[in-house]
Amino acid sequence: MRVSRSTISWLYVSPLMFVLIPFFVLPILVVLVASVFETDGFGGLIPTFTLANYATVLTSGLTFNLYLATVKFTVLTWFFTLLLGFFVAYFLVFHVRNPLLAIGLFLICTVPFWTSNIIRMISWIPLLGKEGLINSALLRIGLIREPLEFLLYSGFAVVVAYVHQLTIFMIVPIFNSMARIDKRVVEAAIDAGASRFDIMRLIIVPLSKSGIALGSIFVASIVMGDFFVTKVMSGGGSASVVSAFYEDISVLQYPGAAASAIVLTVVLLAMVALILRTVDIRKEITR
Amino acid sequence: MAVLRGDIELAGLTKSYDGVHTVVQGINLKIPDGAYCCFLGPSGCGKTTILRMIAGHEDPTDGEILIGGENVVGLPPVTRGTAMMFQSYALFPHLSVRDNVAFALRIRGLSKADRYRKTDAMLEKVRLSELADRLPAQLSGGQQQRVALARAAITEPRVLLLDEPLSALDEQLRVRMRLELQRMQRDLGITFVHVTHSQLEAIALADMVVVMDRGEIKQAGPARDVYAAPRDRYVAEFLGGQNVFSGRVDAIKDNLVSFAAPQMKHVAVPAGSSRVGKGDIIDVAVRRDDVDLIRPGIDLAPDTSSLASRVLAVEYQGNFVKVMLDATGEDEFVAYVPERVFFRDPYTIGDVVQATWPCHLARLLAKTTSPTA
Repeated sequence: MRVSRSTISWLYVSPLMFVLIPFFVLPILVVLVASVFETDGFGGLIPTFTLANYATVLTSGLTFNLYLATVKFTVLTWFFTLLLGFFVAYFLVFHVRNPLLAIGLFLICTVPFWTSNIIRMISWIPLLGKEGLINSALLRIGLIREPLEFLLYSGFAVVVAYVHQLTIFMIVPIFNSMARIDKRVVEAAIDAGASRFDIMRLIIVPLSKSGIALGSIFVASIVMGDFFVTKVMSGGGSASVVSAFYEDISVLQYPGAAASAIVLTVVLLAMVALILRTVDIRKEITR
Repeated sequence: MAVLRGDIELAGLTKSYDGVHTVVQGINLKIPDGAYCCFLGPSGCGKTTILRMIAGHEDPTDGEILIGGENVVGLPPVTRGTAMMFQSYALFPHLSVRDNVAFALRIRGLSKADRYRKTDAMLEKVRLSELADRLPAQLSGGQQQRVALARAAITEPRVLLLDEPLSALDEQLRVRMRLELQRMQRDLGITFVHVTHSQLEAIALADMVVVMDRGEIKQAGPARDVYAAPRDRYVAEFLGGQNVFSGRVDAIKDNLVSFAAPQMKHVAVPAGSSRVGKGDIIDVAVRRDDVDLIRPGIDLAPDTSSLASRVLAVEYQGNFVKVMLDATGEDEFVAYVPERVFFRDPYTIGDVVQATWPCHLARLLAKTTSPTA
C-alpha cells in the first residue's frame, strides 16, 4: 500500500497532537469560552457573550499591583537563577576536566528534586525562621540583637525558595549549550590573547545564548504561573496573579478567573515572544 | 620595534599526560627562522602535541622550547609571538568573517576603525573581501581555511603553527590551498610549522621535513633528502616511492654488499659508511622510478642489480605505469615505468621480467631488525 507523503508527515506529528490537543488545546478553549460567559454568582455559567469579565480584570488597580508583584519576583528569581545557573554550568563544562566527574556533579545538582516541593519549602523554616539557624547563629555571635524578621515569610524568602527550586532549570539548558562549544574555539581565543573574562564575554556568553534563553523561558513562565511558593513563603503577605484567580475559583467566580487566566497567558506569550525575538533559538540550535 | 627572530629550538622536549606513557620522547630539533617545517607522521605519533607545546596550549613535562633564542616554556601563548591555526579551523561561529579576523586586535584594545582597517587589508590579502560580513557556517571549506589563516596572521606572529590545515578539504581544494599556504609563507616571511599525516603535503610544502614515529624523530632534513635518502625502513615506507626489502649479508667486497639468498645473487648494494658484517640482516631501499624492467635473457650492463620476478598487477597512472612485482616475497616491489617506455613493449600480468637498477642507486638503510630476528 502506498501512503502519501502528507499522510506520513501527519503520522509523525500525531503523538505530539495526541498529547497537545486533549491536554492543552481543549482546556484552553474551555477557559477561553468560560471567560466570555456570564456567571450566575453560584458557580453556574450563563452562555451569553460578554466582555465584562475582561473589563473588570483590566480596569482593576488590583490586577496591576498583582502583576507588578509577580513581575518583581520573576525578575529577581530570573536574575539569581541566571547568575547561579550560568556559573555552575560554566564550572561543570570548562573547569571539570573529567567528564565522568562532570556528569556526577551534574547529578548532584538534581538531588534537591528527589524530595517534594512542599518538603523543600518547609525545610527553609528551621533555617530562616525567627528561632532558626541563621538568626540564632547571628544572635549568638552578637552581630544582631533582635532576630531578623525579613528572613522568613517575606519577599526575600519567596525569592530564596524560587531560586532554590528553579536554578536547575537554568543549569540544564545552559550546560547543554555550553557543552556544544568546541573547546578549540576557546583555545583559539586564548591564542589570540583573550583573558578569561574576554573569553566569557566574547565567546561563552554569546554561544550560550540559546541555553540562557531557554532557561529564562522556563524560569519566567514557572514563576509567573505559580502561586503556592509565594503564598507559603510570604506567609500570606504577598499575593501573585495566580493566587488572585485561585481565590476567584474558590468563590465560584469561574468567568472572572478564566478571564484572568487568559490575560496571564497572553502576557506570558508576549514575554516568551520577546525572549525568542532577542535570541533566535532555532537558528542557534541548528548552528 | 626590533625584528623578532622566529627560529625554534626544541631541547629534550618530553611530554607525558599520565606519567606512564610518553607521547613525546626527548625531542631535539632546530628550525631555522623563516623556514617552512612539516612534522610528518601517523596519528598518535606526538606531532600535534609538539605543535601545541610550541603554541603554549600544552606544557612540556620536561625540556625546553626556545623561540628566537628565548625559552618560552610557561609563557602564555600570546607573549610567545606564535599564532595557531587549528584543525578544522575553530572559527568563532557567532562572529562574521571580519570579526573573526579582528578578534585578536579587539582583545588588544584597538578601536573599531583601526582594527577594521587592518582586518580589511588582511582580508584583501587572502581574497575574502567580498565575504567579510558572512558567518563561518556560510563559507566553503577553502574559504574557512583562508579565514583561519587570516585570523592567525593578523597578530603578525613570528611563528605560525598549523595543525592539519588541509585535512578537512577535498583533494582538489587541498592542492590549491597548498599553493596558498606557500604563497602566504613567502609573503609573511615567517616560520611556518605545519603538522600533517600526508607525505605528499609535506614534501610539496616543506623546506624541512621532520618524520616522526611514536614520539621520536626518525629523520629531519630538507624534503628531497628525506624522500630520496631515507634513513631507515620506517621513513622509506612512510614517504613512499621506495621499494624496501631485506636480506642476509653474504659478503662485502669493494664496498659492495652481496646477499646470501639465491634469488638475490644478482643484487649488490654500496655499503657506504655503515658498518655491516656477514650474516647481518639489512634493509635495502631502491626508488621505484629507478627500477627498469627488462625481458629475461637480455644481457645486463655491469654494475647492475637485478631481481627475477613475475608481474602481479599493472596500474595505469597517466604519466607513468605502476607495475607490481613479486620480486621480494613479502615486501611490496613496484616499478614506476615511464608511460612511453612501457607501451613500447607492454607487460601483462604473469609475464616474467627482470627488475634492474644500477647498483649505486640502491641504499642501505639503518638497521631496524636485529640479526637474530
